[in-house]
Amino acid sequence: MAWFRRSKVNIVSEGPKRDIPDGQWTKCEGCGEIIHRKQLEQSYYTCQKCRYHFRIGSKEYFNLLLDPKSFKETDAKMRSVDPLNFVDTKRYADRLKDSMRKSGLNEAVRTGTAKINGIPIVIACMDFSFIGGSMGSVVGEKVARAIDRALKKKTPLVIISSTGGARMMEAAFSLMQMAKTSAKLAQLSDAGIPYVSVLTDPTTGGVTASYAMLGDVNIAEPGALIGFAGPRVIRQTIGRDLPKGFQRAEFLQEKGFVDVVVHRKELRETITKLLRMFQE
Amino acid sequence: MAKLVLDFEKPVIELEQKILEMRKYADNLDIADEITKLEERVNQLRESIFSGLTRWQRVQLARHPDRPYTLDYINLMTEDFVELHGDRYHGDDRAIVGGFGRLEGRTVMIVGQQKGRDTKSNLYRNFGMPNPEGYRKALRLMRLAAKFKKPVITLLDTPGAYPGIEAEERGQAEAIARNLFEMSHLPVPIVVVIIGEGASGGALGIGVGDRILMFENAWYSVIAPESCSSILWRSWDFKEQAAEALKLSAPDLLQQGIIDRIVSEPPGGAHRNHEAAAMTLKNTLLEELKELGKIKPEKLVEKRVEKFCRMGAWKE
Ligand SMILES: [Zn+2]
Repeated sequence: MAWFRRSKVNIVSEGPKRDIPDGQWTKCEGCGEIIHRKQLEQSYYTCQKCRYHFRIGSKEYFNLLLDPKSFKETDAKMRSVDPLNFVDTKRYADRLKDSMRKSGLNEAVRTGTAKINGIPIVIACMDFSFIGGSMGSVVGEKVARAIDRALKKKTPLVIISSTGGARMMEAAFSLMQMAKTSAKLAQLSDAGIPYVSVLTDPTTGGVTASYAMLGDVNIAEPGALIGFAGPRVIRQTIGRDLPKGFQRAEFLQEKGFVDVVVHRKELRETITKLLRMFQE
Repeated sequence: MAKLVLDFEKPVIELEQKILEMRKYADNLDIADEITKLEERVNQLRESIFSGLTRWQRVQLARHPDRPYTLDYINLMTEDFVELHGDRYHGDDRAIVGGFGRLEGRTVMIVGQQKGRDTKSNLYRNFGMPNPEGYRKALRLMRLAAKFKKPVITLLDTPGAYPGIEAEERGQAEAIARNLFEMSHLPVPIVVVIIGEGASGGALGIGVGDRILMFENAWYSVIAPESCSSILWRSWDFKEQAAEALKLSAPDLLQQGIIDRIVSEPPGGAHRNHEAAAMTLKNTLLEELKELGKIKPEKLVEKRVEKFCRMGAWKE
């Protein structure tokens, strides 16, 4: 019997799949260490030996970051409708159903109001397990409404991204969500309300080229893949291997596009410190 | 000069050539009658072929190397055009061009993606694939337009933002995101025109505006059909199906509420008559700018944001 189980490879994913397996033991993708589930939970789903950050979903992030029971989910029932009747090797409508069943989620982002160390915020967190965290109409609309809520309540906005980019099966509708969310962020910015963007592994494509890169502060988790084009596409285009560490969080910080790379165990405190200083 | 003739264009172009040859011997009245008949036939044939184009055929037209590009439209539509180069940070991206010019006497800022027509000019223009400095130049020029209260016209024609190492190092994603953000509240009218290929975020990076126009045979989507095929079908061979599935044609996008207006092309497509395509675009732009000019800047921006917020489909 295998020590751990891998879920199916996702269509927009790059590199090895690293969702938390259901079993009690997990092998670290970074150093090969075998870690017990309880230990993983206690260490913020990171490897204590090599700092490797396991990919986690909105449920785990809300638990790690937010004050207990402060999260009130909004637009939880909003769902995709397959506006183009898109069919590739599979019907998009079926893909949606399968994804809902397997992930237990309605879409690739969850939004709500919450508190972080007592500070009221509006939060959105993407789930990579739902069609590769891809942005279609629902993700765009939920994020736009979250921004609206932050505007109305005059509370800071935190968005945690984990995504392969725009969702192909909604074609131009997906593309326009980039414009929609960015336009809403411009309104938020004009109103002087802070926005902290957290980029986790991976954050690529249309989401990076819209709300993920537009934080007043862009925070990235160590080792997170962050970019516009995916590494495979770049490799194909230039016809050679990519430099080590290319498009990783640390590289983005060095190149000036991420303000700070923060270990997941310090994420809550870092966001709190910043929001407190903005508010004083 | 060997011109590219697409498969579905062949019957029309062969007939046209036949007519041209017959004209050489047209002293004879009998032949004149014959020519008139053939001309009618070619018109009918063209009409029947072009009214039933598949989405993939439109993609091929959008990529036709003789299709008018941004600088062709600028040259044919404007007077006094002065091209302005550089982003003031890194360099000048030749895949995006822009500058002030006059449209029927009225000053406008025109910014667009620029392809090349042959190998040499394509290398010079990086095949119309912008780097971050291209988007930053575009933004600089649009801000300049706002400073002088001049309307902005953007022309979209790109196979995508350049996926290279340096492009990523210089923040391709940030450059595009910043443009979406800034264009959404630029306090002057912006008219966006998809003139050829509108591939993904690379196109949208100069594509936020008050009115979105699209040429009849242009395409616009989240991904190119070939790339979509390679990802979803795991093979490059399903580009036709991908083009159909993506519903990327101008009529599709009008129906989806993503564009506002289709700009008609001359018979046989824009590549057959640059002047006619440019005149149609010029007249359309003048109409649009006249209407947008009546709206106050705050209202304009408010309506622009609302416009993009309406886009999408969901249930709750
Ligand atoms: Zn490890």
